[in-house]
Amino acid sequence: MIGGLFIYNHKGEVLISRVYRDDIGRNAVDAFRVNVIHARQQVRSPVTNIARTSFFHVKRSNIWLAAVTKQNVNAAMVFEFLYKMCDVMTAYFGKISEENIKNNFVLIYELLDEILDFGYPQNSETGALKTFITQQGIKGQLQTKEEQSQITSQVTGQIGWRREGIKYRRNELFLDVLESVNLLMSPQGQVLSAHVSGRVVMKSYLSGMPECKFGMNDKIVIDKQGKGGASDDAGKSGKQSIAIDDCTFHQCVRLSKFDSERSISFIPPDGEYELMRYRTTKDIILPFRVIPLVREVGRTKLEVKVVIKSNFKPSLLAQKIEVRIPTPLNTSGVQVICMKGKAKYKASENAIVWKIKRMAGMKESQISAEIELLPTNDKKKWARPPISMNFEVPFAPSGLKVRYLKVFESKLNYSDHDVIKWVRYIGRSGIYETRC
Amino acid sequence: MYCFTEVLYHGKNHLISCNSAEKIMFSQHNPLFSVDGSLSSRSQEFLCIFLCACTSIICCSSDCHCVTFFLNLHQHSFYYFFYCLQENRQFGSKMTDSKYFTTTKKGEIFELKAELNSDKKEKKKEAVKKVIASMTVGKDVSALFPDVVNCMQTDNLELKKLVYLYLMNYAKSQPDMAIMAVNTFVKDCEDPNPLIRALAVRTMGCIRVDKITEYLCEPLRKCLKDEDPYVRKTAAVCVAKLHDINAQLVEDQGFLDTLKDLISDSNPMVVANAVAALSEIAESHPNSNLMDLNPQTMNKLLTALNECTEWGQIFILDCLANYTPRDDRESQSICERVTPRLSHANSAVVLSAVKVLMKFMEMLPKDLDYYGTLLKKLAPPLVTLLSAEPELQYVALRNINLIVQRRPEILKHEMKVFYVKYNDPIYVKLEKLDIMIRLASQANIAQVLAELKEYATEVDVDFVRKAVRAIGRCAIKVEQSAERCVSTLLDLIQTKVNYVVQEAIVVIKDIFRKYPNKYESVIATLCENLDSLDEPEARAAMIWIVGEYAERIDNADELLESFLEGFHDESTQVQLQLLTAIVKLFLKKPTETQELVQQVLSLATQDSDNPDLRDRGYIYWRLLSTDPVAAKEVVLAEKPLISEETDLIEPTLLEELICHIGTLASVYHKPPSAFVEGNHGVQHKGLPGSAGSAESESPDAVSAGAATEAPAAVIPSQGDLLGDLLNLDLTPPATTGPLPHSGGMQMGAMDLLGGGLDSLLGGDLGGSPAMGAGFGAPPAAMPPAFSAPVSGSLYDLFDLDNGVGMPLGSFCPPKTVWLPAMKAKGLEISGTFVRHAGVIQMEMTITNKAMSVMTGFAIQFNRNSFGLAPAGPIQVPSPLSPNQNIEVSLPLNTVGPVMKMEPLNNLQVAFKNNIDVFYFSCQYPISVLFAEDGKMERQVFLATWKDIPNENESQFQIKDCHLNSDAASNKLQSINIFTIAERTVDGQDMLYQSMKLTNGIWALAELKVQAGNPNYTVSLKCRAPEVSQCVFQSYEAVLKN
Repeated sequence: MIGGLFIYNHKGEVLISRVYRDDIGRNAVDAFRVNVIHARQQVRSPVTNIARTSFFHVKRSNIWLAAVTKQNVNAAMVFEFLYKMCDVMTAYFGKISEENIKNNFVLIYELLDEILDFGYPQNSETGALKTFITQQGIKGQLQTKEEQSQITSQVTGQIGWRREGIKYRRNELFLDVLESVNLLMSPQGQVLSAHVSGRVVMKSYLSGMPECKFGMNDKIVIDKQGKGGASDDAGKSGKQSIAIDDCTFHQCVRLSKFDSERSISFIPPDGEYELMRYRTTKDIILPFRVIPLVREVGRTKLEVKVVIKSNFKPSLLAQKIEVRIPTPLNTSGVQVICMKGKAKYKASENAIVWKIKRMAGMKESQISAEIELLPTNDKKKWARPPISMNFEVPFAPSGLKVRYLKVFESKLNYSDHDVIKWVRYIGRSGIYETRC
Repeated sequence: MYCFTEVLYHGKNHLISCNSAEKIMFSQHNPLFSVDGSLSSRSQEFLCIFLCACTSIICCSSDCHCVTFFLNLHQHSFYYFFYCLQENRQFGSKMTDSKYFTTTKKGEIFELKAELNSDKKEKKKEAVKKVIASMTVGKDVSALFPDVVNCMQTDNLELKKLVYLYLMNYAKSQPDMAIMAVNTFVKDCEDPNPLIRALAVRTMGCIRVDKITEYLCEPLRKCLKDEDPYVRKTAAVCVAKLHDINAQLVEDQGFLDTLKDLISDSNPMVVANAVAALSEIAESHPNSNLMDLNPQTMNKLLTALNECTEWGQIFILDCLANYTPRDDRESQSICERVTPRLSHANSAVVLSAVKVLMKFMEMLPKDLDYYGTLLKKLAPPLVTLLSAEPELQYVALRNINLIVQRRPEILKHEMKVFYVKYNDPIYVKLEKLDIMIRLASQANIAQVLAELKEYATEVDVDFVRKAVRAIGRCAIKVEQSAERCVSTLLDLIQTKVNYVVQEAIVVIKDIFRKYPNKYESVIATLCENLDSLDEPEARAAMIWIVGEYAERIDNADELLESFLEGFHDESTQVQLQLLTAIVKLFLKKPTETQELVQQVLSLATQDSDNPDLRDRGYIYWRLLSTDPVAAKEVVLAEKPLISEETDLIEPTLLEELICHIGTLASVYHKPPSAFVEGNHGVQHKGLPGSAGSAESESPDAVSAGAATEAPAAVIPSQGDLLGDLLNLDLTPPATTGPLPHSGGMQMGAMDLLGGGLDSLLGGDLGGSPAMGAGFGAPPAAMPPAFSAPVSGSLYDLFDLDNGVGMPLGSFCPPKTVWLPAMKAKGLEISGTFVRHAGVIQMEMTITNKAMSVMTGFAIQFNRNSFGLAPAGPIQVPSPLSPNQNIEVSLPLNTVGPVMKMEPLNNLQVAFKNNIDVFYFSCQYPISVLFAEDGKMERQVFLATWKDIPNENESQFQIKDCHLNSDAASNKLQSINIFTIAERTVDGQDMLYQSMKLTNGIWALAELKVQAGNPNYTVSLKCRAPEVSQCVFQSYEAVLKN
């Protein structure tokens, strides 16, 4: 299991060092610094083996988190743990920075003691941890016996993510369907790969221990219902349903129930959390189409023309549109003309950045640019990185629809109808690239 | 006045030289002051002087780590010391936010000590925090041990945790003092607050001091049965900790049984931790059957799986993977209960579930519906892993690489998700590329190639190289795409980007090996880029190509020669390849390349320090000199085609790695034993065999078996010299087949045989006598004959310069019938030998006396006394029609294999045509072997004459010769018998003559010519008297002619 955990700043100075196993010595701290942080060449793997000691590292801004082991540990678990550790720290004191880590190092040690025992990850749900590890400290003596046992049962219990006795005057929940649509398109407009990775994020402010059931237009569920119910309905609903390639759930969701009935039932954690992630590849609505035209005029000039077309209902508005057209390294000057928005050549990023604040559906806009190049004797041709695009649209490109989210709380006297529910769809660009 | 000072330090013996022994603590009942060690070297030096000046030093050592000096200090010295220290001390200003991390001020330890002993709680806590901060950055604050431990007894949980953290770090270095903490631990284990109980037992387990572990047992036993699950789950892990410190103790105390009981605990987290602890303990007792996995426990584990935390699920799944189900039914039911985990958000849970499924799937009959369902269910979660964070993607990809090799059907339709994204980190890109190649098939090859071509224009050099290499692998894997791949590679070569070109050449070499005689038209393009190759692998590949296709490349010898210039600067890989390539070239074009091959052999054997190179050189040398036919069979042997799956992991290793999915082993693609020390988790794991469904499983088993049996055809990895040697040159074991013997010659492929062989032997004799002996050539007959055939014509020129005219029309004995038509199915050969301008020619008249045409002529000599061999294939314009005759002149050299014949000048010849092989023997006049440089210096002649013993002298009479001495001398000179001196004694002309045979044997002669007497007397002296008879025959023949 994990033998030790170190946190370094960008210079390689150690900020936190916690050793769990006897086989990890102090020299491991230096080994990682010398071989990874200060390595002459960029390290090309997140797992490094130095003298039979394995180092797993992740970087958050300029902070390095490194887990060390000498055993054949579960590598996926170590990385998951490091991410979790980052989440926990963020939940406690915000951004992970050298400043924040130094200011909270006692807290971090306390957390590390709690969530990693002899290198085995223990309960790392922030909700549970916050009940007994607090920034203010000194809660120990204030706790009553009942409180103590409540804490321990929550930390170890089946519903480790929620404590009992939560009360809200107004029972409210927010559902965000956040999708990022990824595309790789050939210059000729052929879709090389496209997929949507979506997340359903829930903010719940519900009293007690509510039992929830979430429903969406999952093709499998709807087809099943269609078979069971009126057969003429099947064709109609089939159109609106989507085929989900795969989905994963927060640990509160009863997986065995999903596996057998494909129903999503759970007792939600309090506050914000990610209920599920999913992925679809079929029938994706691609909100924008990019049509590039690059012409090399001699050795010192490039002509670029890019057309973007929006492809959704005219009543909807896309926002924060940004098209990034890469330019060669030896660019000396750029002239840009665009119909809409603003375009600028950013020499430091080697790209023309074209920004449009808003754009309605079924519209089209165009940019043309002349790029002057310095003559070089570099034999290698310009690699022509793809044109990438960023945007935000108020619908789910996968076509996912939330059908219901039912809340049952038998002990407290509020019903599903009393709960105020909000649903929002946001589609964002993931890696949305068109080769040119 | 005396002062009692205690100097604590650990580790080293000399305070003076010790940097880590900086902590010097002075105490006089109460701590007076303390000195932090980061004193300047000067003050340290001063300190030493001071210490030496102390009146007495009593050294008492109670523990090897801790040496205590009791110094009785003189008052004066003490003050002086104190003063010095004051100088070095700087009091820190009030600290700010990240205060604890500011560099330690001199004397901080002293301050901290005071603060730790303060009455104010807040101040105490602050001080402990400072201590922890110093500890984190690597400063040694162990000197504060007693003071920190004093703070332990507090009801402030936060402070307590900090003290515990300190204890865990330093207890081991101060075991005696650590005992002080035991009471508090024991007391805390009884605390009403479960959090404190757990904290105490958790910390105690981390203190690796024997004395403490003894005290730990009782509290631990209680905690294992604690009413609170939080305490129990902590205690469960503590058993593993204790086991790590003292395994025997854990067994004696019966903790293992208690731990096993916890598997049935009502709380899922307790179960998970107990499973984790037991698994770890079981790993260090491979045969203990500690986990005792039976259907009942499995059931408990599977139940807990649904309820515990994500981490607990991982522990349980990893443990489940070690279980071997009894039959396929049980296997299926476990799979069914594990499958829901594939939808978990935690990738590690997913991967561990995949591991369990991959393992148990082995036992399912393939015709089962469920088997197919399961296969289908595995693909989506694996693809989903690719949308995780890059580090996890990397782990996932490394595992997918294994899964794809074991069960390619799972992901065969998912090619697109492995397309490389522009922003992927390099490690993800490289892994994706690997998997793309594995998934490449005829169905998707077009897309894959388009992608790969795209990648080959990217920026990252490693990635581009791998992409180019991938194109080559596609060509090898999918035969239909080979053509397209080659043209893509050619396009890439046209880019002239150096590393792309080099990589392309390396893969084209492989393509040649997979599809011989198909794409050789591209060689010309490759040769154009010869100059840009600067990497060993690419150079080696190019050299291999040139050597392999030497017969098709007109200037192969020039190309190889150009490499030869910097032979010693090349890497071993290139040197070896160059050696092989030149030998190949020589065997293909023996006439033009003798010099080259001699050069490379001597470079490899004499001037190289590399044993591999030398050995390979000697092997070739010996092969060439002893048996050229064998040499050809060995060196030019048909190479096995390289297989399409060139870099598959060996099946047994793959099976083991499948059992380690998700772990480091699967990331490294190495068994745990390769990177784990000791016996922690290095047990060999294997997949279970299928139970009761052997028939349905067998096709897979057979194919797996086949894969094991054919591991030979692997592209040698870079630098794998042995592999290289074996694969490229010596692979076919059949080359040890029948070697030709002197009696019956093998006539296959003999037409090319010959050139340069003897000169190799000669060179060897000259260069390294030790080896020469090993070759077993008859030493008397074979002194260095090295330069003769090569330099003969040069000597002609020199001779002309000397004004010694070379008579035109040298002596030519008339042709005799060597092979009568009767004996040779209509083929008649008559012939003679002649030496002209330093070249020995075998003049033959070949007559076809049969009724049908003759074609396919070839000639071959048996070994003979002087190594005569054809210098090239016989040039007979075929077909030879019936009754046609033809004059053929076959140039010979004397570098063939040597064997003494009887008579000495006997030559056995094998002659082949389309009808049969015929054998005849003939005798050549030894005069054809007289070299043009056979003129000895007078002095040398005299000395040599005297030197040769008289018994070597033989006398002959030549009768009926009517020439005067001048005419005789001229005649003899035409066959390279040179007159060195002449004198007349009693009317008798004495001619002293010398001649040199091509193999370096000198013969000296005294010819007596008496005017009027037609009988001449020849006295011959030679170190090898056997030749005398033949030489005499030459005298007679030429003089009587």
